[in-house]
Parts: sequence; structure tokens; C-alpha cells
Amino acid sequence: MHIPTSIRVRGRTASAPTSTTTGRPPGPALLSRQNTERLLSILSPLLLLALWELFARIGTIDTRFFPAPSTIFQTFLQMLRPTPQFPQGELWANLSASLQRIVLGFLIGAVPGVIIGLAMGLFGPIRAIVQPLIDGTFPIPKIAVLPLFIMVFGIGEESKYAIIATAVIYLVLINTAAGVRNIDKIYLDVGKNYHASRWMMFRDVALPGALPMILAGLRVGMGVALLVIVAAEFVGAKSGVGYLIWTSWQVFQVEKMYVGLLVTAILGFAAAVLLDWLDQVLIPWRRS
Amino acid sequence: MAVKIRLRGLTKQFDVKGRAVIALAGIDLEIEAGEFFCIVGPSGCGKTTLLRILADLEQRTSGEIQVFRGLDNGSALNGSASGSARGTRAEQPLNSMIFQEQSIFPWMSVRDNIAFGLKARGFSRRDRYAVAEPFIHKVGLAGFEDALPHQLSGGMKQRVSIARAFANDPEILLMDEPFAALDEQTKIVLQGELLRIWEETRKTVLYVTHSIDEAIVLADRILVMTARPGRIKDILDVKAVFDRPRKVEAVKSSAQYGAMFGRIWGLLREEVAAAYAQEAQGQRSFAT
Repeated sequence: MHIPTSIRVRGRTASAPTSTTTGRPPGPALLSRQNTERLLSILSPLLLLALWELFARIGTIDTRFFPAPSTIFQTFLQMLRPTPQFPQGELWANLSASLQRIVLGFLIGAVPGVIIGLAMGLFGPIRAIVQPLIDGTFPIPKIAVLPLFIMVFGIGEESKYAIIATAVIYLVLINTAAGVRNIDKIYLDVGKNYHASRWMMFRDVALPGALPMILAGLRVGMGVALLVIVAAEFVGAKSGVGYLIWTSWQVFQVEKMYVGLLVTAILGFAAAVLLDWLDQVLIPWRRS
Repeated sequence: MAVKIRLRGLTKQFDVKGRAVIALAGIDLEIEAGEFFCIVGPSGCGKTTLLRILADLEQRTSGEIQVFRGLDNGSALNGSASGSARGTRAEQPLNSMIFQEQSIFPWMSVRDNIAFGLKARGFSRRDRYAVAEPFIHKVGLAGFEDALPHQLSGGMKQRVSIARAFANDPEILLMDEPFAALDEQTKIVLQGELLRIWEETRKTVLYVTHSIDEAIVLADRILVMTARPGRIKDILDVKAVFDRPRKVEAVKSSAQYGAMFGRIWGLLREEVAAAYAQEAQGQRSFAT
């Protein structure tokens, strides 16, 4: 015998005899709404992979373009193994090259970006000098200056650092300057009323006040750094994840290309996790 | 009693879209040392402007301000005195302001917020924590020293703000509607605490509020201001009616309270009406 839930619940509170006769006692649901949604989020990509695998195996999709996930994974494992050409494995050789470029290029761009951005936010004359330079050059797609950088710095690593640093510095600088200028005026009034020195205004008020925006700038900068490095490695490198993707396509080793895409995705995800962690460490007051 | 603050013909004029708006039209006022002086008036009457001029956050247009340091030699604010107030750690600051909104720094612990003024005066970490410690207890925040503001309620945040000002040990305390954003019950509790701490220190306080009720509970004297341009409408002696030390509930439940309230509202009513008329006119001219 089935009794609708609402009646069962009402019966329980009124302790009507019907409630005792029902089979399952009214308890917490097997899955809360939140857990259900979490489960669905895990299942949807798995389902997609399963369908992909299935259609690849039965030949519905062309495996020359869309090799089965299991094949890609095998290639992935294969590329981790050392070979005479790559003692650390082909994948790690390319990944480490890209990582080094991203980390160094990012630092070269982000550190001066924060410093110049803070100075622009705090001092009108500096803003007046730098702002037109930024406004004038920001619209140029960063990858478009790669030929110039290769010409100036050569085909080696320096041109890669330069292109990443250039992409990163704009975003960090613009965000930092905006962060300082958007600090609640009352904090500056407090600093002034309590006669804080310039240095104290900088370190105890402007910098922490702008920190959420600075981190937002770093986040966007990191995304652009990944974009730029892959593109730069397509055309102007002999190693790196971008190089791997490009050459795999040229020699039609599609599985390797997919491994390159997979690694790029993991890289982006890892960067996001790192920046989330940085958020929690540096701006604990934003968590409530 | 000795005069602590003397204002002579203080005026303030703003330029709003090329039109001159007179905020303060000649304020002559003497405030005694150790006095709790409240200013009430309709919104836009310039009461906050008056306080901000005294806090050196805004410049007066004309007139004279004298603040008598340590009750003997007078010195003009905005002149040489504000320069020397910046001075060494030994020197007592001229004024400390308690602001309207949440003005405590979200990135500093309760202890660092309270010690902010002392840090600005060059106290070492140990010294400023030692000075701040009793004030943390006085405002009932013991146990919350290391908490960040987002972990505190609105009332607790304003307690930090009060402790920060008192710990700085200024000659004058300037308070700009510090309890305006709090709920009624928290407000009553904090008014009581403010009275208790003030009784211990007997500092000269200038307290701006829009609440007649609050002014009666706290003040020795109440200045009622006119609608813009701000002038002195009347000054009422509250001390003559309610003795010190005072209890908030005793004042509020007394028979004289109602009479005092009626008297102040009688003075304010037409000014509030005038302020509304100005506002409506302003909106009309804005629309055209």
C-alpha cells in the first residue's frame, strides 16, 4: 500500500494510526538535493567519455579524428616512458619546458605589474604618465608581437618569457591600479586622521585593500599566459605543450595531440587550484 | 571650566557643478574641556562637515579654529598644529575620529585595528599592544583579540572603532554617528558602554548624530543646527537636567526626558521641513 509522503508526514506529527502501518519509516532521503547535484556533476563527464568510447569502438565516429579515450590514455602512458630521445619521457620533457616558461614569464610580468599598478593607483602623476601607454598598446593582441620579440630576443627561451610577461603585466597592472583606486574612501580617511605615514598607508592600507583585485588580475593573467604560451609554441619553439600539439597534428599523430590538449586542461585546472589557495592564504578576510 | 575648542566665524563652501553651496555659514562656538558635546541637525546641514574640518579631513573656507592643547597654550588647527600632531610618539594626537560606517580595516585583527593609531605614532609592536590591551577589555572584546572583523557582529565592529580612538589617547574625540547603522538594542548597550568609558577618561567629545534621543542620553550640551546653510539654531544644556554619571535607561524613563525631546524636536521640526524643501528643489533642478 502506497501513501503519499505528505500524508505520511502529517500522520506522523498527528500520530495518526496510518503512519505506523506504512512500510518504510519516514527518515532522511537517501541523497540530499546537494549530493544529488554533486553526483550528477561527476556522472555527466563520465557519461560523455563512455559514449565517446562506445561510438569510437563501434565505428560511429571517425577514430582518425576522434580516437577512443582508452587509446588516448594509452598514448599518455606511453609518452611518460623514457626513450633514447627523451630520457624523462616525451610528455614531461615538453611539459617542463612549458612550465618553466609560464612560471618565469608570469613572475617577470606579475611583479612589476603589481608595483607599477600600486604606484599608478596611489600617485596621480605616475598614472598620468603610464595610463596613455597602457591604453594605446593594450588593444594589440599579445601574440601579434611574437615576431617582434623573436626578432629582438631570438628564437630561444627569452622571446617566450617576454611574450608571457607582456601578456601578464597588462592585466595585473590594470587590476592593481583599479584595486587601489576602488579602496573604500573611509579607510584612507582613517589613515589620514590617525596620521599614518606614506609607507604605512602603502603597506597597511593600499596594498591589503587592493589585494582582492590584485589576485583577480593574477587569475586572469594566468589564463592569458596559458593561452599565449601554447600559441607561441605552435610557431616559434622546438619544445613545449604547444609544440607537441602542433607537431602531432603535422605528422598526423592525433592521439598525441589529444594528450597535449589533456595536459593543457590539467595545467589550467592546476593554476586555478593554486590561485584559489593563494586567495585563501592572502585574503582570509574575504571568507565569511 | 576651561575652553578646549573655539570656533570663530567658521564657514565652508562647496562647489557643486560650478555652483557654490554653503555648508557652514559662520559658526561661533566654544566647547569646554572634558565636555560631551552633541550636534544634531537635519540631514545635509553640515554637521558632518564641521566634524571633518576639525579632523583635518576637509579644509575650511574661512574662519578660525583654536584647539587648546593640554588646557594651556592654544594652537590653530589646519596651521602649524596639524603639522606637529604628526610628530613623535611622545606627543598626544590632537584628535581621533570614530566614523559613521564600518571603518575598521577588514584585513587586520581586532588587536591590530585598535593599535593602528599607536603604530602610526611610532610605538613598537610590544608597546602598542600593551597600550591597546586594557582598551580591548574595556569594550568587552577580550578573547577576540586575534579575530578578523568579518567574524564580528556590527556592534562588535563599532566597539573596535571606539577602542581604536580611545587607545590613541587624543586631546579630542570626534564621533560621526558611530551607532547609526546599529539596531536599537545594540545601540542602547553601546551608548551605555560609551558613557562608562567616557566617564573614566573625561575626554572632550564632539558627537554628531541625527538622533535626538541619542543626543539627550549622551550630551552635556546639545547644539541644534539649522538647515543648509548650517548655522547655530540653539544650544541646550542637558547637564543641568541629567546628572553624571548617567544610566541610559534612567534618562530614557525619566519625566524630564520627554520634555527635553519635545523641546529639541520643536527646534528641529521646521529645519527638517526646510531641508526637505531644499532636497526637492535640488531634484527638480537636477531633472531640468
